Order: sequence, then structure tokens, then C-alpha cells
Amino acid sequence: MAAIRSALRYGMERVESGFDAVYGADWNPLYHLGALGWFFFWIITISGIYLYIFFDSGVDQAYESVEYMTHVQWYAAGIMRSLHRYASDAFVVVVLAHLARQWIKGNYNDARWFGWVTGVPLLWLMYASGISGYWIVWDSLAQYVAVATTEWLDTLPLFGEPIARNFLHESTLSGRFFTLMVFIHIAVPLTMLFLMWVHIQRHMYPRVNPPRGLMIGTFGMLMVLSVVYPAVSQDRANLNQVVAQVGLDWFYLPLYPLLDVYPGELLWGVLVGTTLVLIVLPFLPPRRRVRPAVVDLDNCNGCGRCVADCPYSAVSLRPRTDGASYSHEAVVTNEKCVSCGICVGACPTSTPFRRQSDLVPGIDLPDLAMGALRENLVTAAGALNEHPRVMVIGCGAGVSLDALSGPGVAIKSLPCVGQLPPSFIDFLITRGHVEGVFVAGCRDGDCEYRLGQQWTEARLDQERDPHLRSRVPRERIRIYWAGRDRAAAAGRELDGFRAALRELDGDPADRKGEGHPRGEAISAAAAGHG
Amino acid sequence: MADSRTESSLSALGMRIAAQVVVYGAFAALLGYFSVSPTYTQVDPDFGVIKLSFSHAGQPETECRRRSQEQLEELAPNMRKTMDCPRRRVNLLVELELDGERIYRDELPPSGLSGDGASTVYQDFPVPAGRYTLVARLRDSRREQGFDWTLERTVDVSPRQNLVIDFRAETGGFKIL
Repeated sequence: MAAIRSALRYGMERVESGFDAVYGADWNPLYHLGALGWFFFWIITISGIYLYIFFDSGVDQAYESVEYMTHVQWYAAGIMRSLHRYASDAFVVVVLAHLARQWIKGNYNDARWFGWVTGVPLLWLMYASGISGYWIVWDSLAQYVAVATTEWLDTLPLFGEPIARNFLHESTLSGRFFTLMVFIHIAVPLTMLFLMWVHIQRHMYPRVNPPRGLMIGTFGMLMVLSVVYPAVSQDRANLNQVVAQVGLDWFYLPLYPLLDVYPGELLWGVLVGTTLVLIVLPFLPPRRRVRPAVVDLDNCNGCGRCVADCPYSAVSLRPRTDGASYSHEAVVTNEKCVSCGICVGACPTSTPFRRQSDLVPGIDLPDLAMGALRENLVTAAGALNEHPRVMVIGCGAGVSLDALSGPGVAIKSLPCVGQLPPSFIDFLITRGHVEGVFVAGCRDGDCEYRLGQQWTEARLDQERDPHLRSRVPRERIRIYWAGRDRAAAAGRELDGFRAALRELDGDPADRKGEGHPRGEAISAAAAGHG
Repeated sequence: MADSRTESSLSALGMRIAAQVVVYGAFAALLGYFSVSPTYTQVDPDFGVIKLSFSHAGQPETECRRRSQEQLEELAPNMRKTMDCPRRRVNLLVELELDGERIYRDELPPSGLSGDGASTVYQDFPVPAGRYTLVARLRDSRREQGFDWTLERTVDVSPRQNLVIDFRAETGGFKIL
């Protein structure tokens, strides 16, 4: 399974690279599938409210009212109807793509089970919403859907009398069933909206709106499609005749033809089984590899930066429990912590300029403690002897770091580059351990831990605390966001960075026996901050 | 030099916008096409469908019997009903013949935990359009041979017709809709 997923991930990243080339990382729709889902949902809702004004739920009136909207008021209700349909279809596409992408990336394990599990019932509600919508138009597709759905439901031991008998013949059709369907078509999406809200509850700063440019482009696409190829009804439903041939919406009804081949009970079994597998998936091995972050109260002053930066709402503040003079202390909810370390990168006490014995930050990852990290970095940098020495700090989800190793280059992989406080970069450069730091994180705009890239850039650009000190020459830091398929490009970027460092420092031969003047100069300047 | 760079940058932007239009267009084509195509054929357009469907409660499986005084006294005061009527109903036996060939025969158990509800049937039989002699039979009593209700009718099934055989005892038994 891991091999399949790895191959899929490689393929997915190639596709994402293609979209990057077309849209740029900021607007790449594949990085905003969830937000696009929200966007389509609002289009469906607004267009649906408009359509409801003109819709008549009577058996005889339903079809006529939709025909009026489509052909007489084509310029408003007709376009709204088309938007309603096409946004609904697009909703299915982005939701399924979102599901597949999260699975391929493995974003359902451990603490991220919540978003995954709450997303599963949304699939059922999405299909129920769409199917009930087709039903109430009462054209031949609606007839097909009504008869097939009720016959399928009748395979469950739920109803005393087959509900398919409601659609036996024109003479037996009752308008009351229509009223029920209209109610379902409103109630189910409302329930879905509530669950969508629950779905994002564990996300700090959830992205529920796509970037404006993507929104405009997507909406424009739907509008053009609605005008050029408007959604229309098929023939009026007539229960005295069977629906021999029907134009299906394959986004919502792909399973329906199977009902003519396989028993309905079997399809229920497959659907329920698939649902159960999806629900238990996060709880199957392999489980958590890194332990959650822990707070060290002796070093926590309750500043709240970790709370503000945690992408998963796993850190919160509570009144002090140890009698210290600060008003609050940080507390980690282990069930929500994904061990990304971004909170550690946000902690102002996480600074390597402290003496080693003291390097215990207010919040830390027990399996990747900052004290040990400082030691690792210093040791790795100390082994470098080819100028310019560069420390590559990357994450497991980005470009393959092994491909970047070479003389003069030391590699350190973190769960997320957001774990690295800017003071560590300051330390490495101003203390002369290396001439440059190359930060190689995930693909641009697609951080494995949602906010690692954003916070890293903001900290290094001095827009967010803890920020990089001005004394650190920015040209000695290079950030390169890239996926695994960009190893060669990352290598070229690193070579370019090293060439730029060589240019900055001049010929190292000139400084033979002089140590590293720039490092020493910066180190001297930094001495007072140790 | 600067002009050349600007020109190149504008050209790249133009290419990018054109590529975006192509991607949006492809997505729109996907939505437009699969929202209504390809057409699915559920039934051959030259066929009609005979649908046998009804919901009907058979006779109680056993007749009511009068309780003796001794039996009544054994019951709690609020349960002392003179007549003892078991709730369970008989299974219905249904048959359908088309041009002398039996195409359906089944025993339909009553619904409900106590077996006192109606029995139901819902069966489709696609047939080529044409004239057929149709015989429907139903046994809903405790008899062990024969049927209580029979319908024999010659019907013309037209292409795509949904010919429904319903049953309502209160309106005379089988009914073709």
C-alpha cells in the first residue's frame, strides 16, 4: 500500500507541478480543493435560494415552474439553475479530489483523524443533496431517479410497504411526497453546512475561501458554461411510461446503472463497507511516530505565540498552575497535536544563543528537542570543510534532501521547517558555523502542516514574532519551496546559492589561515546577545 | 534590454493566461458533458414493462375461537376478551403467466413483527412490445389449493409502456393501470 501511495504521490506532484506552471503556487486549484468546495457550496446555496422563489412543489406544477425558469426567465433564473447544477457537479469533483489528495498525502493519521472522519458523512450528505435535487425537477431523469432510488431503498428492511409504490403510476402519484423531497433538499444541505463547520474545527485559520483570482476564474468559468450550455430539463416525467433512455448526471449518479446489474443489497453493503473502511482508516497502523509537543513550565511565560501559530488548535492558554508570576501557561492537547514543531519555532525561549544546559524551550518536541538539534547542527556544520558551507534545513514532505547533499553542504531534516526558530539561522550564520542557510520546505503553497511556510516566511521577513534579527544578512538565507519531483531544480538552486555566497565572501584562498572573517565579524557583533 | 525583458515577461503572462483559459475550458467541458451524458439505456426502447405490484393483507392464519370461562379466569382482568384471535396472517401466493408461460410465482410473507401486516410484491418484467394474454392469480386465504382471485386479460403492451398490475380487494381484485 505504501508503494502504491508513494507512486500516486509522485504522479500527483507531477500534476501539481503542471498546475503550478499554469496558475502559480498561489492560485493552484489543487492546493485549494477544500476552499473551492466551500466556494461551490455558497454558489449552490445562493442560486438555490433564488430558484426556490419561483419553484412550485406540486406534482403538476414542479416541471412547469422549472421550465418557466429555464426558458422564460432564462436570463436570471435560467442562469441560476445552470449555476446550481454545474456548481453542484464541480462540488463533487473537488470534494472527491480533496479526499483522494488527503489520502495520498497521508493527512488522515494521528491527530488529523478528526477532519478525515468528519468528512466521511459529508460524502453521503453531498450525494443525498444532489440526488434529491434532481428528483424535484420531475422530468424523465427525476422519474428515473425517483423510481431507482425508492426501489433501492426498498431493498433495506425499513419500510412496511415498498415506497417505490408511490411512483407506480400517474394515477397513484401524490404531491405529498414532493413536499417531503423539497424539505429533504433543503434540510440535507443545511445539515451538511453544519458538518462542514465541524469538519474545519480543528484548523487554526481554516482556508474556506480560495484566492480571489481563483475565485474569479472559477466563477467566470461557471458563468460562461451556464450561458453557452445551459442546464435544461428532459421530457416531463410520465409514470405511465418507463424511462428507457436517460441523460444521467454521472457525477451524482454513477452507481445507479449498477442497480440494474447487481442486487441493491450488495450495493448498500459496498457503500456501508467503504464508509466503515474510510472511518477506521486513521486508526489503523502505522500510528504516531513522533510524540506530541510538551510544555516546560519553567521556561513558559504564557506569551501565547505557540497558540497563535499552531495550525491545528492543539495549544491553548490556561491560568497558571505552578504559582509563577505569569498569568497564563501553554497547554498542549495531545489528541490534536500532529508533532509538526511549529509551536517550537514560535517560542521565544527556543534560542540557541543560550548555554546548552539551558536550551530547554517553553515548548518542545520530546523526540526532536531543540537542545539536541543545536548540537546536531553545530556538529554537522563543523564537519564541513569546503567553502561556502551551507546548512540545508528541510522537511520530510518537500524535495528529497539526499539529492542536495555534497561537499560543503550539511543536511538537517525537520518535521516542518516552521520548527526552526529564526534565532537558529541567526546562530548558524553569525557564529560562523556556516556561510549560508538553505531552507527547503514543501511545495510552494502546499505546506504539509498548513502554516509552516507562511510562518517561516513571515518570521524571516520580520513580519511575525519571533522574527529574524536585522543583523543577519538576508542574502545568506535562501528559501526554496519545492515538491519531491523538483530535486534537480532544487540542486540547481542550491548551486546558485553557493555561487552567490562565494561571490559575497570572495576567494577563500585569500583568507587561508585567517579563519572566516565574515563569520568572526558577525560573531563579534553578536557576542553581546549570547 | 529592459524592453526585451518586459516583452518576455508579458509574453509569459499571456501564455499563462491562455493556459488558464484552456484548463478552465477543459473543466467546463467535463462538467457540461458528464452532467447529462452519456445517455444511459435502462430498458430497450422497443420494450414495455409489466409491473406487478400491490400490498394486501391475507386472512388470519387461524380462525378466532371463543375462550371458555376457565380460560378467561386464567387471564388478567384487563385481558379477558371472549374471542382469541391470533394475529398472524397467511402468506399470499401469487402467480403471473404471460401467454401461458409462468413468469412469476412466489409466497409473500406478511410484514410486521407479529406477521399481521400486509404482504407486498413489486416486480418488473420487461417484455417486447406486442399483444399478450396475461393471467394473474392470488391466494390470500387459508385454502391449500386453488386461488381466491384471478385476472385473465389480453393486453397490448406498447413500447416504453409501464403496465401496472395492482390489486385492491375492495374494488374487485386485480386491476390493470
